[in-house]
Amino acid sequence: MVSKIKRAAAAALAGLATTLYAGNAFAAWDELNLIKGVTPISREVYDLHNLMLWICVIIGIIVFGAMFIAIVKHRKAAGHEPAQFHHSTFAEIAWTIVPFVILVSFAIPATKTLLFMEDSSDADITLKVTGYQWLWQYEYVEDGVSFYSSLAQSSREGIYGDPWAVENYLLEVDNPVVLPVNKKVRILLTADDVIHAWWVPALGMKKDAIPGFVNEIWVYIEEPGIYRGQCAELCGKDHGFMPIVVEARSEDEYKQWVADYKAGQSTRLAAAPATSQ
Amino acid sequence: MSSDTTAHDSHHAHDAHHDHGPPPGLMRWVFTTNHKDIGTLYLLFALLMLMVGGALAMGIRLELFSPGLQWVNPDFFNQLTTMHALIMVFGAIMPAFVGFANWQVPLMVGAPDMALPRMNNWSFWILPFAFTLLIATFFMEGGAPAAGWTMYPPLVLQGAGNVPFMIFAIHLLGMSSIMGAINIIVTIVNMRAPGMTLLKMPLFVWTWFITAFLLVAAMPVFAGAVTMLLTDRFFETTFFSAAGGGDPVLYQHVFWFFGHPEVYIMILPAFGIVSEIIPTFSRKPLFGYESMVYATASIAFLSFIVWAHHMFTVGMPLAGELFFMYTTMLIAVPTGVKVFNWVTTMWRGAMTFETPMLFALAFVVLFTIGGFSGLMLAITPADFQYHDTYFVVAHFHYVLVTGALFGIFAGAYYWLPKWTGHMYNETLGKWHFWLSTISVNVLFFPQHFLGLAGMPRRIPDYAVQFADWNMVSSIGGFVFGLSQLLLVYIIWQTIRGGEQATDRVWEGSHGLEWTLSSPPPYHTFAEAPEVR
Repeated sequence: MVSKIKRAAAAALAGLATTLYAGNAFAAWDELNLIKGVTPISREVYDLHNLMLWICVIIGIIVFGAMFIAIVKHRKAAGHEPAQFHHSTFAEIAWTIVPFVILVSFAIPATKTLLFMEDSSDADITLKVTGYQWLWQYEYVEDGVSFYSSLAQSSREGIYGDPWAVENYLLEVDNPVVLPVNKKVRILLTADDVIHAWWVPALGMKKDAIPGFVNEIWVYIEEPGIYRGQCAELCGKDHGFMPIVVEARSEDEYKQWVADYKAGQSTRLAAAPATSQ
Repeated sequence: MSSDTTAHDSHHAHDAHHDHGPPPGLMRWVFTTNHKDIGTLYLLFALLMLMVGGALAMGIRLELFSPGLQWVNPDFFNQLTTMHALIMVFGAIMPAFVGFANWQVPLMVGAPDMALPRMNNWSFWILPFAFTLLIATFFMEGGAPAAGWTMYPPLVLQGAGNVPFMIFAIHLLGMSSIMGAINIIVTIVNMRAPGMTLLKMPLFVWTWFITAFLLVAAMPVFAGAVTMLLTDRFFETTFFSAAGGGDPVLYQHVFWFFGHPEVYIMILPAFGIVSEIIPTFSRKPLFGYESMVYATASIAFLSFIVWAHHMFTVGMPLAGELFFMYTTMLIAVPTGVKVFNWVTTMWRGAMTFETPMLFALAFVVLFTIGGFSGLMLAITPADFQYHDTYFVVAHFHYVLVTGALFGIFAGAYYWLPKWTGHMYNETLGKWHFWLSTISVNVLFFPQHFLGLAGMPRRIPDYAVQFADWNMVSSIGGFVFGLSQLLLVYIIWQTIRGGEQATDRVWEGSHGLEWTLSSPPPYHTFAEAPEVR
């Protein structure tokens, strides 16, 4: 029994050591913290997150610090005699009002960010996303492009094989969604069967795709690149296997892609009408 | 009822000490109307369910130990997460607190028993049947429920034979909870000893009093929600289907109108337990007793107007998002008052660190960490990032495991000597504390990082950049799970024997339960005690 406990404790300590080591390495901080992202929304959310995180850390240091001092100094073993006070109107009013003021101080920026996020007016292009069990459909409303996007074959092979050998394991799709940078893109979300949620962390926003209803979000991607995400609402067996890949390209490249896609689509349709997937 | 009263009265006439004990054998437990026996049944049942739910959690952590699918298929994984939550919430945490209430409320207010003893028996004996129905679904074609404990339609309606079993199990659990809650309310209102005014009641009694009202208000709403699921599934209604004019989001509103009070149902009694323990081991009265009562009541009130913060991402109107953000943030105020009061109770006390106090101290720190992440989750714009990620998983396990469950551990060590008459093994208790506290943080703290890095919850497999922290978390999980076998051993050992406990048990303890012998006689306070 004792040796079992010792072994368990050793394993726990090893785990804790890893935690502390990673926590101490400043270089690793960005990997532990929220993703900063590439849109104005994601940056505002990142700042808001950091503001709250540090306020919580400071409050934590004060509260746990007081508790730690009491534990060290006001212990019976140190011969401390217990005081008998049990009430202080001033203290109790103070620690009701001060937290309230702190809350107001971050309710204000939070409200501003929320107003900004919910304003999807004046969008340049509209993308309609439909969730299915277990893949996504993308329709470019203005450009008339439409396709399905599901987990890449390479990832499917890794699930029961070697995930480490697969590039972007579980975060790769057959047909990525291509969006232009520096354009306000309105994304309409709905679903065909059950509720899904469309989430790309770097774009700073997630929203549910609900059958029978249409939700909207907007993104304004500032850096070209490939951004990956996943379905975030439990949608059944393969909920963990319906990733999202967004390729952000310059406006010219985006236009080129649309033209190529349409050309390719007509070729494909002519060749094999049944294989629209 | 009347025969009971007569029996008691005639005993008095003869000799207050010559009380009749329990009948022998199994039937004692089946037919018992004694609050102590029923409390014991509840607590042992909760311990059993903790082990079952914990085994399912170990299955989850085993599959998540490394990327790829090694142990279970994705559908079974979803069954594990769903059943883990249902069993822990309705089988472990809630019955454990009802067990504490059964044992302690009559002892603490000086009542001879619960007000409605036969209903009390029924409240308990519903539970084994409800969980038999629920757990039996594992062995059915199509398996156990796999749509998450929140049972969102339309997904849950895709379930096969398990759907009616799950819904009827929930109806039974709801009946049990409502009857238990009514019993507690009636006992507290009517059966306090003379002089035990409301504002003299121990804080544990106060927190349960308020919790009982939450249960009575919230559980019927839950029953309504799952009944609508049942008719949608089997009787052609379309409450939650847009195709028939319904709305899947309506379910979420109704569910969380129950669900948010539910989370306070699982934490307020823990607040009460900790508020008993900290003064005892600080040898100093609880700081701000009245503000503790008012804070608890405020939290209970607020719990009914914050529900939609669980579903910010469904696409609510802006005004709704703002309202639920502000009300949710407000909860931090009364919760903060409670934490400050606990710390001030310790301040300038004369603390000792027996196992109940260690768990209570860990509760204060770790529950507060869960409170901090809760505050962050309240901020709607940030919640759009956190929602349905491991950040949320970390948050609610900090409040439910290191909050509610640690409160239960603390209370169990605190009152076990009173209940059994034996001191538990303090060395083993400390081992249990340190193993649990270290491993639970190894288990759940890295999940914050996973969530912030973008790992969604409820997935059986993940991208390789999440591999390291998942492995750390799983190691913590295995150690935490196995450590609880030590708890079972300690309880077994304490029930069987050990050093005789004194009446006071703890040097700093105050309250009516400590005026009784350890263990207390089968019937207590047949004559009401004096309360000054």
